[in-house]
Amino acid sequence: MPATVTESELEAITADKVVDARGAACPGPLLEAKKGMGTVPVGAVLEIWSSDPVTKSDIGAWSAKVGHAFLGVLVADGYERVLVRRQK
Amino acid sequence: MSDSLSLVLFSGTDDKLMAAATLAAGAAAMDRPVNVLLMFWALDAFRADRIATTHGLAYDAARPRPTEPVEKVGALPWLETFRQAKEIGEMSIRACSGSLDTLGLDPTELDPIVDSAGGIASFLMAAESGQILFI
Repeated sequence: MPATVTESELEAITADKVVDARGAACPGPLLEAKKGMGTVPVGAVLEIWSSDPVTKSDIGAWSAKVGHAFLGVLVADGYERVLVRRQK
Repeated sequence: MSDSLSLVLFSGTDDKLMAAATLAAGAAAMDRPVNVLLMFWALDAFRADRIATTHGLAYDAARPRPTEPVEKVGALPWLETFRQAKEIGEMSIRACSGSLDTLGLDPTELDPIVDSAGGIASFLMAAESGQILFI
């Protein structure tokens, strides 16, 4: 899943909501992302924190399926920050 | 082809139920309608009086495989995963009426996560042309 924005652009984004799913195994982070997306308005950015390395590709697949914009991934200390913009 | 995912759950061990719950929750998150039909030992696992107890592991877990990691109490939160699938998506869980009869169970004895008792035809109608998996 290619990122649609550059890393510096990604770092400049302030998410509207952060979902901390660190420590959860598949499918936990995906389910948290789905739940979190329901709480933000269209156009908002959701950021999912996950320590599971498959989360980013799962979130990418989910975004493509349900029609959200997968923005990209930022590597943090021991986890990854996955950014998605709600499109519908 | 329908977008739905339909699962016929036959096995009632915690490992197979966890695998099924993972599939169901993933499909629900992907906005795919999920239909679950509980038969035999899977149906028995959803009895309200026993749902929170451990239900063992499949034969695949026979020694010498290391089973300790999945034998830990609470390591396989399949019921919670099914609950989340319902919360985030469209999922129905039916109890096979034939299995209820065979096991001598009344629908009122099942955990409330089970929506209804149903026959095979109504399950197949709900499944339409979508995938059906037997677990």
